[in-house]
Amino acid sequence: MLQELLYGLAGLAVFVIGLRGALLHDNWLLRLLSLNVCGAGVFITFVAIAYRGLTLPADPVPHALVLTGIVVAVSAMAMALALGRRLRSYDD
Amino acid sequence: MDIFGTLPLWILLSSLLPGLIIFLLKEESIRMRTTLNLFGAVTKIGLIGLMIWGVFHEKTIEVRWEMAPGMEMVLHADALSVLFVSLSAILWLVTTIYAIGYLEGTPHRSRFFGFFSLCVTATVGLALAGNLFTFVIFYELLTLATYPLVAHKGSPKAVRGARIYLAYTMAGGILLLIGAVWLRTIAGPLDFVEGGVLAEMSHLDPWALRWIFLLLIVGLGVKAALVPLHGWLPQAMVAPAPVSALLHAVAVVKAGAFGIVRVVYDVFGVEFASSLNLLPFLGAVAAITIIYGSIKALSQDHLKRRLAYSTVSQVSYIALGTAIVGPLATIGGVVHLVHQGVMKITLFFAAGNYAEKYNVHCVSEMDGIGKVMPATTLSFSIAALGMIGIPPVAGFVSKWYIGVGALEAGQGFWVIPVLLISSLLNAAYFLPILYRAWFKPAKAEWLEEYKKSGHKEMKATLVWPPVITATIAIIIGLFAAAPFSPLEWAQLIASREYRQ
Amino acid sequence: MMINDAIVWLIAIPLLASLLSLVFPKKGTAIAIAGSILGLLASVALVYQVYQSGPITHELGGWKDGLGIVLRVDAMSALFIVMTMLVVTMVGFYASAYFTDAHKKAQFWPLWLMMVVALIALLASGDLFNLYVTLELLGLSAVGLTALSDNRAAVQAAIRYLGIGLLGSLVFLMGVALIYTAYGVLDLAMLATVVEAEPAAQLALALMTAGLLIKSALFPMHFWLPAAHANAPAPVSAALSALVVKVSVYLIIRLWFDVFSPVLQPTASFMLGVLGALAVVWGSWQALRAERLKLMAAYSTVAQLGYLFIFIPLVMAFPVGEERNTALAAFLLLALTHAFAKSALFLSSGVVLQRAGHDRIAELGGTARALPLTIFVIALAGVALIGLPPSGSFLGKWYLISSAVQTGQWWWIVVIAMGSLLAAGYMFRILGHAFGPDESIGKVMAKGSEEIPALILALTATVVLGFGSAWMWDFVNLASPLAGN
Repeated sequence: MLQELLYGLAGLAVFVIGLRGALLHDNWLLRLLSLNVCGAGVFITFVAIAYRGLTLPADPVPHALVLTGIVVAVSAMAMALALGRRLRSYDD
Repeated sequence: MDIFGTLPLWILLSSLLPGLIIFLLKEESIRMRTTLNLFGAVTKIGLIGLMIWGVFHEKTIEVRWEMAPGMEMVLHADALSVLFVSLSAILWLVTTIYAIGYLEGTPHRSRFFGFFSLCVTATVGLALAGNLFTFVIFYELLTLATYPLVAHKGSPKAVRGARIYLAYTMAGGILLLIGAVWLRTIAGPLDFVEGGVLAEMSHLDPWALRWIFLLLIVGLGVKAALVPLHGWLPQAMVAPAPVSALLHAVAVVKAGAFGIVRVVYDVFGVEFASSLNLLPFLGAVAAITIIYGSIKALSQDHLKRRLAYSTVSQVSYIALGTAIVGPLATIGGVVHLVHQGVMKITLFFAAGNYAEKYNVHCVSEMDGIGKVMPATTLSFSIAALGMIGIPPVAGFVSKWYIGVGALEAGQGFWVIPVLLISSLLNAAYFLPILYRAWFKPAKAEWLEEYKKSGHKEMKATLVWPPVITATIAIIIGLFAAAPFSPLEWAQLIASREYRQ
Repeated sequence: MMINDAIVWLIAIPLLASLLSLVFPKKGTAIAIAGSILGLLASVALVYQVYQSGPITHELGGWKDGLGIVLRVDAMSALFIVMTMLVVTMVGFYASAYFTDAHKKAQFWPLWLMMVVALIALLASGDLFNLYVTLELLGLSAVGLTALSDNRAAVQAAIRYLGIGLLGSLVFLMGVALIYTAYGVLDLAMLATVVEAEPAAQLALALMTAGLLIKSALFPMHFWLPAAHANAPAPVSAALSALVVKVSVYLIIRLWFDVFSPVLQPTASFMLGVLGALAVVWGSWQALRAERLKLMAAYSTVAQLGYLFIFIPLVMAFPVGEERNTALAAFLLLALTHAFAKSALFLSSGVVLQRAGHDRIAELGGTARALPLTIFVIALAGVALIGLPPSGSFLGKWYLISSAVQTGQWWWIVVIAMGSLLAAGYMFRILGHAFGPDESIGKVMAKGSEEIPALILALTATVVLGFGSAWMWDFVNLASPLAGN
């Protein structure tokens, strides 16, 4: 129980740290990295809430959701990086 | 729904459709445009003739269309709407003829006549509106249709005038809207009924009704140019002469005045409005406007500006007649709707002719112009005398009825002085013009040109419209007691308003 | 059978078209247009179906009890779907003339159609996680479309847009996680039956709302919108302003009133109304000061979205039932009118920008002569944006004022009056310049395929929704979960 709560709170903490970075940084790259941290926080939370005690297997639904979420996040990040390169090409 | 009942719709379409087609016409297709314009105008008059017959025989002439639950667009013909509709239709025909002559050879005529038709459509819709919701719709459409007409010349001054016009009318429109929504929300869908409807609804909070009345009157007062809401009117006279004529005589200013008449008589009911102590307020504003407009007119050298202030003053006679309880004052106010329109349009036609022919824009330049433009100046003189209130021209009749009505209602002690002072002021700003035009010597080059053209004043499309409207002004004054004269019709309206 | 599966077709057709246009780039235009028209027909069928038989639920693949993906359509989503398809179809026609470069077209159509898939799927989604996925899909395709304008400002705006979009989605997703922790369900209908007024639900709703507010650009979170909407290609701007931001507002309304109604606090709804009011005033003021046509249109979107938020405290003040449905129908009418009017305005701005070579408002003189139909469309769109009759927004604002009177919330009326006057100011400023005397612009005529779609959209906003929308009130009463169906 304590362990589960710990994981959940850790997820929330990571989320908040990422959020803070995403809101405060001016540089787009730093902001994207912060968003990644923020996303990781959400995913950790999802993993933590799948725990249903020692006797039951973990709830599969949050795991499925996390997988989808990670796929989305990775593609979004790829797109952001591609756009960033485009932006650089205008400056050169 | 029988064919007869749908008449209001056809009357709207008779100017809407030609207007829409005209937008699509090429600039050069003059003949097509003229045909469409005149066809629309004549058809409208014919249809209105039918409607007058119907209203006189108390047939139900009504079109309804539900736009949202409990929100119906109602076009309805009653005695008051017929009066205003006939005025608009007849003056539209005359103004169209005048505009065709006046704008010959200028650019963007398809655009002009398109909006011109839309403007009349909105005015007619306003006249036929059967409830406040429909009235608001056409009131706003009128603003939209007239804005391009005021800005038509495209000069910085015209654009500025149009912007000021828009700012005033939009603000007024919002207040009217809020008042109308408020009333609709607390009192339900109110169709205009002769004699008013609110009196029977005793559950309504009188203070809410007072606020609503204020909102409605201020919203309408902007277009009716009640002081201090009149600031746009002198600016808007940058528009071409036919537009000013239409704006001052039938469309915009009159729409506001007509709205005030509707709200007082057919929504609140004149007796109920009086019991809420609302009418003294309206009467005071009207009286101040009458005097203020006349005083301002005195000091204007620019002819159209002088006429504009004269409109400010004259239109408020309608509000004044409305503010006095009693059938005679009602008759005076309502009939002035027509009389002022006919006279003021004549004055603006004449002013347009002076500007067009000899580039005369100011009163100080008008010396002797009567000698070279006799027909125009004669029309101008008749209308001006009518405005002062000299019999037998129409203006006398309205002032007489308002005055007698005030005495009858025991309000004579303040109304009669207002009428007297205003008439004196009218004389003071019109008579010097007439004196200059007829008795001062004309410029030599004018006389020479007049002689060279074989004593021909201007082309027929410009000379005849003022002559026609001036003649009408005399006829409706002289034969005021004849059947179907505006006065007779106003008496019919008053008898229906005070039926209970 | 076909008719009853309209919602499935509505997602399948654009998805298929998107993939096909990627595989056959040369046939992209034909595929997209055909797909849009089929989708439009299907959306009309969907409205008919919902009108006839009430809200529908479709379990994809026949998986029962929340195992599979559930699609749900009621009056509100059906109307939003038909709005989406009409705008998408008309803008699609315009886009086929707008993009002249074959390479650009090949990039445009797959992304465009993917955006359509995302929009429809979002509007039909019946569970929270699918909403997250469709929000992301929508965000990514919209960012790609924004970046199609090949210039630095557009790419920069796109990156910013992407960052904001991700932030919004992640905050939303955190809310979803909390809901799953507390109740163990994601299905909206099931959630509505179990949710209670407790801290977990309140925090979850706050997080989801915050995420959506960022995406719907409510003041003061609007800062990203003007740059993105003004720099994107005209057809994209039209869809972004008309549809993409609006579905986030739709979701807020959906979550607040259909799912979380036991949790709602009057204070929170009042705060949203206040932000909406500030958006109306601030957005209109900025639109009045904007120097470029497209920027003005973008700020106008900020303002117009504000009106939609003013509905929230008003809707909440009515008890569940017919009165609330009336307010909700007025909200829908205002949202629909804005979608059509704003897309028409952006398309016309695109015509001006391409044909006159710039969209600086002060130098528009002569455009009324050179592009009469386009200026006419701008005027019609203006009528709808100001809220003048006979547009749908006139009726919408009428009910807005009426609801304010009924519930005694007078202050909103002042905001509405100010917003309308400012809107008149910024729209007529354009018309004033367009009718101006400056003759620097040459003899320009636009093609019908550029102007007609915008005209149809503008006429829909003004005439059709004004005179032909009385049935919508019945529709909302008949087929809305709010009515207790």
